[in-house]
Amino acid sequence: MTETKWNNNPEITDDLVKEHGLSADERELMNKILGRTPTLTELGIFSVMWSEHCSYKSSKKHLKTLPTKAPWVIHGPGENAGVIDIGDNQAAIFKMESHNHPSYIEPYQGAATGVGGILRDVFTMGARPIANMNALRFGSPDHKKTRHLLSGVVEGIGGYGNCVGVPTVGGETNFHPSYDGNILVNAMAVGLADQDKIFLSAAAGVGNPVIYVGSKTGRDGIHGATMASAEFTEDSEEKRPTVQVGDPFTEKLLIEACIELMSTDMVVAIQDMGAAGLTSSSVEMASGGGVGFTLNLDMVPQREEHMTPYEMMLSESQERMLVVLKPDRVKEAEAIFHKWDLDFAVIGQITDSGNLTLKWQGDVVADIPTQPLADNSPEYDRPWVKTDAPDVINAKNVAAPNDIGAALLKIVGSPNLCSREWIWQQYDHQVMADTIQLPGGDAAVVRVHNTNKALAISTDCTPRYCYADPFEGGKQAVAETWRNVTAVGAQPMAITDCLNFGNPERPDIMGQFVGAIDGLREACTVLDYPVISGNVSLYNETNGTGIHPTPAIGGVGLLQDSSKMVTIAPKNDGEEIILIGETNGHIGCSEYLSVIEGREEGAPPPVDLHLEKKNGDFVRAQIQNGNVKACHDISDGGLFIALAEMTMASGKGMDISLNTGDIPMHAYGFGEDQARYVISTSCENAAAIMENAQKAGVRTEKIGTVGGKTLDVKDTFTISVDELLDAHASWMPNYMSSEV
Amino acid sequence: MKSAVVTFPASNCDRDMFDGIEKVTGQKPHAIWHQDTEIPNVDLIALPGGFSFGDYLRCGAMAARSPAIRAILEHANRGGYVIGVCNGFQVLTEMGLLPGALMRNKSLKFVCKTVHLKVENATSAFTNAYAPGQVIDIPVAHHDGNYFADDATLAALEDNNQIAFRYVNKDGIATEDANPNGSQHNIAGILNERGNILGMMPHPERFVEDAQGGSDGRGFFESIINTLN
Repeated sequence: MTETKWNNNPEITDDLVKEHGLSADERELMNKILGRTPTLTELGIFSVMWSEHCSYKSSKKHLKTLPTKAPWVIHGPGENAGVIDIGDNQAAIFKMESHNHPSYIEPYQGAATGVGGILRDVFTMGARPIANMNALRFGSPDHKKTRHLLSGVVEGIGGYGNCVGVPTVGGETNFHPSYDGNILVNAMAVGLADQDKIFLSAAAGVGNPVIYVGSKTGRDGIHGATMASAEFTEDSEEKRPTVQVGDPFTEKLLIEACIELMSTDMVVAIQDMGAAGLTSSSVEMASGGGVGFTLNLDMVPQREEHMTPYEMMLSESQERMLVVLKPDRVKEAEAIFHKWDLDFAVIGQITDSGNLTLKWQGDVVADIPTQPLADNSPEYDRPWVKTDAPDVINAKNVAAPNDIGAALLKIVGSPNLCSREWIWQQYDHQVMADTIQLPGGDAAVVRVHNTNKALAISTDCTPRYCYADPFEGGKQAVAETWRNVTAVGAQPMAITDCLNFGNPERPDIMGQFVGAIDGLREACTVLDYPVISGNVSLYNETNGTGIHPTPAIGGVGLLQDSSKMVTIAPKNDGEEIILIGETNGHIGCSEYLSVIEGREEGAPPPVDLHLEKKNGDFVRAQIQNGNVKACHDISDGGLFIALAEMTMASGKGMDISLNTGDIPMHAYGFGEDQARYVISTSCENAAAIMENAQKAGVRTEKIGTVGGKTLDVKDTFTISVDELLDAHASWMPNYMSSEV
Repeated sequence: MKSAVVTFPASNCDRDMFDGIEKVTGQKPHAIWHQDTEIPNVDLIALPGGFSFGDYLRCGAMAARSPAIRAILEHANRGGYVIGVCNGFQVLTEMGLLPGALMRNKSLKFVCKTVHLKVENATSAFTNAYAPGQVIDIPVAHHDGNYFADDATLAALEDNNQIAFRYVNKDGIATEDANPNGSQHNIAGILNERGNILGMMPHPERFVEDAQGGSDGRGFFESIINTLN
């Protein structure tokens, strides 16, 4: 190393280091790793690699405690996405990731590139993406930006997913004032690959060429990862230039070109350029393989003139990948990318130095040992305080409404429980022709192409529970996806998590995080439902106000025989309706309390995970043996909402008679006790189900029959199906078409 | 039946079209890449849905200028059968093989849902397996399906029985509510005058087996088999 190569480099001042978000300790560690002060390019690289977004420095101590293994897990966290065995040498590959900050600043592009990024994580591993899902949180409907953000995010998700031709098959959307200044856009992608054709990012083979493919590099998204690691302030709007711009057309070409490339044996390693672009992809590939990379930045395809090494390394331009090829296969690979009209450039090679060495215009502009850069990144044990346990609200202390039927209509048409059709009709949910359960049910179901198998997918979280009690809320988020996947008849396999929280430097927020992780761990362990991939998004705060803790969970299950799948819609008049599980009238933290009483308080329903498992395994077995016509889990809004949704899905009424014991009817009907399902079944099978339940020790109760055109709960209310449908369907389109 | 499916960059329903044709006819279609200048001798060429070239210009405008287009035109001019579904319909109008244009949906939003279609012409090469006036369910998924033509063209389409499918309610009435995109005369699909070319926005290839939510799309492919026999 000579002195001259660091010429033309600005002085690395205290202010410059601070602007890059590095603490004094981190700066010292950086200088120690380098054995000198960094160049500007190196400072930029350290800054993004050690940002919260890329390094997980506040969260990794806790993330390490999550269960990640099972006999069916092929790759857990640490790869671009998690991989599970679904039999017949096939694998399902999936991950969920946040794109919160960019989506608030520029909703269309923020959401679109969120979809693009998560798709790349999945196809990088050799998978063809087969489904998109999402989990969205917006501020209060009354907030002046909510319409604009909802409209832009939905159009962005659709604009990207529809064009690349991957169906967006489901998701969830909530409104709450805690997201007024920080919306959450969590995108999940699921892909399919053969187990012997899974590609990893660890580079190998000194001398092997490093190839850049995809779009050209521009100045968009510079410092995106750093933006995602800071709180918002009033001037966040000025960060619009750091939001990336998506090009789904190029992504579609990149998917096809990469799948064609990966059908050969030319690829040694491959990695998408996501957050921190060329920096994180090259560092991860080099450090993962224990090798060095020398890159000649003059060879990087550039969209703009006079780009500096700093800009090239930090750009988050979309639709780019880095590939290590076998040395004699460059021409063959190039032909594939040219066929798809994509850039293809040999930009460097693998070395035995262990360093990421960057050359530009004849100079070395960075020379960093990758192992300590990636592995010695800071890890914090941030101080935290446990969230106070809220009081349990006794149902008898919550006054009954004058008219329970009117309350049901109000809740069915409320912002959080009304129909999401306005959203999902903007997504192509049927392209690829394998979607066999559409949005609107418990889980989306997509067939494994050309087989009888199918994957069930659900994204869930109940943030108001997590806010009241992060531990129970964490458990509940996992349990709800497990229940939703079970309710279509699938065997839950594994989850991906997208952990959205406020500022971890505040002990109360860190306490929420730790509590939620404890809940996730316990639920995953008891339900045998490991975490195989995920993402953490912290600093979701504006001017010191944090979001509700939102550990969004994406669960995936397997149906060995897709013809056994059920939906929430009863099929025939005369079917018997059976309630499964224990109903205790838990009204605290419920939608009822929020919508009807305007109160958000009390302890959330406790989640008995062993009961959850027992009841779910029972329900799944009944579906698998063909006894069940329709099944719906009971969640937000309780039993009455579940019945109303089944009624609306089928267009068939129900006659219900409830034995509520000493629980008030409104608590029995709207309480949100966990581990419950409603099923419908033929009269002949009802007896078998009741008998099986008794053997299994599962609480079941016949509560009515399917028929007519009204939902009738004896001595309580009679509402026509059409009235329910009107209330359910009207809120969102009316809201979106009304003036601000 | 010998058929072929054309793939443009960012076609994304090409696989669905291959599968749909094969499932109903039992014969695998040939693949045509947009840069092919010679195409196999087939009975039917299908232009699938998708976002050819990203549809960053007018939908279908770039695809309609691909190298493969000349050979497709020759096939059509010889009387060979051509279908265009969704983006394929847009390409056919851009090629000038069908009149009119497909504008942005009236709602200005992408729309994906299953709609009711009335079979207006049940004698064509593409619709003869359906009964006249039959109401069928087929999904749509598009951002630009709002069919527009001048009055003279519309009158000619009506007079010549060139309207293959119309968006209707479940009772078979062409109402405004039943129209997902604002198309004039609720037009969902049209034939050329000669009857060998059909363009439609709905996707019959997505509804060929009950598990997909319906199988009313089968009749579309069965019609072509009937015609060729």
